[in-house]
Amino acid sequence: MSAWKKHEVFEKNSFILLVGILVMVAIGGLVEIAPLFYLKSTIEKTEGMRPYTPLELAGRNIYIREGCYTCHSQMVRPMRDELERYGHYSLAAESMFDHPFQWGSKRTGPDLARVGNKYSDDWHVEHLIDPRSVVPASIMPGYPFLAENKLNGRDIQAELSVNTIIGVPYTDEQIESAATDLLGQAMPDTDAAYEFEERWPTATIRDFDGNPGEVTEMDALVAYLQVLGTMVDFSIYDNKANAR
Amino acid sequence: MVLPLLAPCMESKDWGAEMAQKKTNLVSLEEGGFALFLVLLAFACIIVAGKTFDQVMAFHAGIGALFAAVGVFLIFKNYFDDGGQVIPQEIDGKPNYNIGPVKFGAVAAMFWGVAGFTVGLIIALQLAFPALNFDLPWTNFGRLRPLHTSAVIFAFGGNVLLATSMYVVQRTSRVRMPGKILPWFVILGYNAFIVIAGTGYLLGATQSKEYAEPEWYADLWLTIVWVFYLLLFMGTLWKRKEPHIYVANWFYLAFIVTIAMLHITNNLTIPVSIYSTKSYIVWSGVQDAMVQWWYGHNAVGFFLTAGFLAIMYYFIPKRAERPVYSYRLSIVHFWALIFIYIWAGPHHLHYTALPQWASTLGATFSIILWMPSWGGMINGLMTLSGAWDKLRTDPVLRMMVVSVAFYGMSTFEGPLMSLRAVNSLSHYTDWTIGHVHSGALGWVGYISFGALYCLIPWLWNKKRLYSLKLVDWHFWLSTIGIVLYITSMWVSGIMQGLMWRAYDQLGFLEYSFVETVEAMHPFYIIRALGGALFLAGALIMAYNLWMTVRHGEAEEADTTAAGSLAPAE
Repeated sequence: MSAWKKHEVFEKNSFILLVGILVMVAIGGLVEIAPLFYLKSTIEKTEGMRPYTPLELAGRNIYIREGCYTCHSQMVRPMRDELERYGHYSLAAESMFDHPFQWGSKRTGPDLARVGNKYSDDWHVEHLIDPRSVVPASIMPGYPFLAENKLNGRDIQAELSVNTIIGVPYTDEQIESAATDLLGQAMPDTDAAYEFEERWPTATIRDFDGNPGEVTEMDALVAYLQVLGTMVDFSIYDNKANAR
Repeated sequence: MVLPLLAPCMESKDWGAEMAQKKTNLVSLEEGGFALFLVLLAFACIIVAGKTFDQVMAFHAGIGALFAAVGVFLIFKNYFDDGGQVIPQEIDGKPNYNIGPVKFGAVAAMFWGVAGFTVGLIIALQLAFPALNFDLPWTNFGRLRPLHTSAVIFAFGGNVLLATSMYVVQRTSRVRMPGKILPWFVILGYNAFIVIAGTGYLLGATQSKEYAEPEWYADLWLTIVWVFYLLLFMGTLWKRKEPHIYVANWFYLAFIVTIAMLHITNNLTIPVSIYSTKSYIVWSGVQDAMVQWWYGHNAVGFFLTAGFLAIMYYFIPKRAERPVYSYRLSIVHFWALIFIYIWAGPHHLHYTALPQWASTLGATFSIILWMPSWGGMINGLMTLSGAWDKLRTDPVLRMMVVSVAFYGMSTFEGPLMSLRAVNSLSHYTDWTIGHVHSGALGWVGYISFGALYCLIPWLWNKKRLYSLKLVDWHFWLSTIGIVLYITSMWVSGIMQGLMWRAYDQLGFLEYSFVETVEAMHPFYIIRALGGALFLAGALIMAYNLWMTVRHGEAEEADTTAAGSLAPAE
């Protein structure tokens, strides 16, 4: 009986009840979240990860804006069928520059973690404009407006700076020339493209949307899709050393 | 729309005004403080709207300025109408409960409920017939899906929680909640957040964090509203005339406090500039995934469970006219539930790049969670002891009891799905969608409907609902709808999971991805039909409640009724 009687202290003091609740709900989160910031095994050691180029970042923001994550995951699980369908299972390192993460929770459409370089740019453009023209049974919405919308790069420099505050290692040079690099990556054989190449030696320069006249939202989104899952060099990745 | 709704709910301004000479008090600190805050906010919004190049930001800053200005207008209109008089805490020795904001919340809940269910039906049909996306930015599935989830969870569910919590905490504390402006600020401010969030999704302003999609400025506004909500709730408890805090209030308090903690941690972002809708979350990759699902699962645990358990602990005993089954069980239920729930999040991340220790820990606590969940269910169901016969005659009580049964079912299914082996099949499929909806439509939906069916006649001083027959129709239509929904999603989810991992005799994957999509078509149609029935039930409910308010028979001799004059004796 005494224990039940002692509970009265919570029932009769709203402030003690409040503190009791706070203590109880704080514990689980602290135990599960805090170690992820200091356990070194959380993020694997890999070669090849780099921050997104301004164009890829802009494409990523379009991916987020249109809610692609509501139907597409970006997280290949280590199961036989997924490895065969999509490729190497996803590593934590592959999303370490992702603010926010895009692992998703539903596969109404297929996983996109390794969609990069799997299809041609033309296929992506065609598919995004009218999905059923290339996949007749697809239930994906069409996004024809992406090909018409000129890419808005007004804030791109500020976007890169904000990313450096939260830990994405952009260089000062990359931030300063963000606005020209945004366009340069989609305008091959121009001065802007040559300059872009110097700052971003491992990125791809192409006219992604097949429309050389202007840089559109389609350019950005396709550039993002084509880099997904392609950064880590798996030929030298050590599965065993990173086992956890 | 706000104005005519507010007018009848505002403080009983003519109370005793005829008798007393109109004495004008100074503007109170509360009135002045809120007015000043809103004036400053309106100016800030106008500056942002003027300087931004971001059209969505300009639109939202415009809405913000408009809402703030309306708020200031209402504060002063109310002040000049009643001369800043102090509202009596008691009338004839009975607490003078503040029911205006509760009424607003109840009406808003019904409105947003119908809106949210309708958007749900639309996106269900889009999955069956993709032409319905119309290939426009603001009508595609990716933008409408967050609109649906936020509308049902935060707009419908949130208003139900705000309205019932304000009602229950006053009644069980036997005291009027504090403040003249404060309760209105909370309920109207919350609904302003809903408008900003919802229009933002359609225009493409989203953080992409599930159930936390609103961008930084909406999050900031919600934080302010939520702090005032906590103050309002605690303030009512501080004033209480009852020595004990009733069990429903423990659950409401846990809901308010924990949602504050989750909301702030999961939405720590840095905006690109104050003139831009875009922000970047401080967490990245694996840590962001962990924070997100710690938040996401506890949005279920503390918004959709703890808050609605509070409703169960007040409205079921009230309606059944029986005391809560076991007081000790409610103590164990409460502390065990809130302690264990918070750990369950990482079961959303099995087999992902999250370290296995974390997801296993999450699954372990999910299994343990089964116990307090069912303890609560038993406490709710057994409250019917000695009153089971009422299930035959009272469809409102039946709805609430079936709700608790659905709670039991989905809190059994949840731990099952958190097991690694089951999750490897169920994750990413429609099984998850079916599970969520057995909880959302069955548990949250039905307990909310039950509470609103009780609350509307109480708030508007009506003897009873306009029609119990219509409640019966609502019950059966929506129950058939739920059954169609969850069974079709079980079949399509398990089928798709099995098709993904099927191999042919030669050792190749048997199905391409799109073949699994084609196979879902019939189930998407059945699901949409289920959703349509659920929506039809809600429309019947809205009609029934409307008729109750407009034409219901008035409760007699209620001296607490606002504005009624006591007979001279």
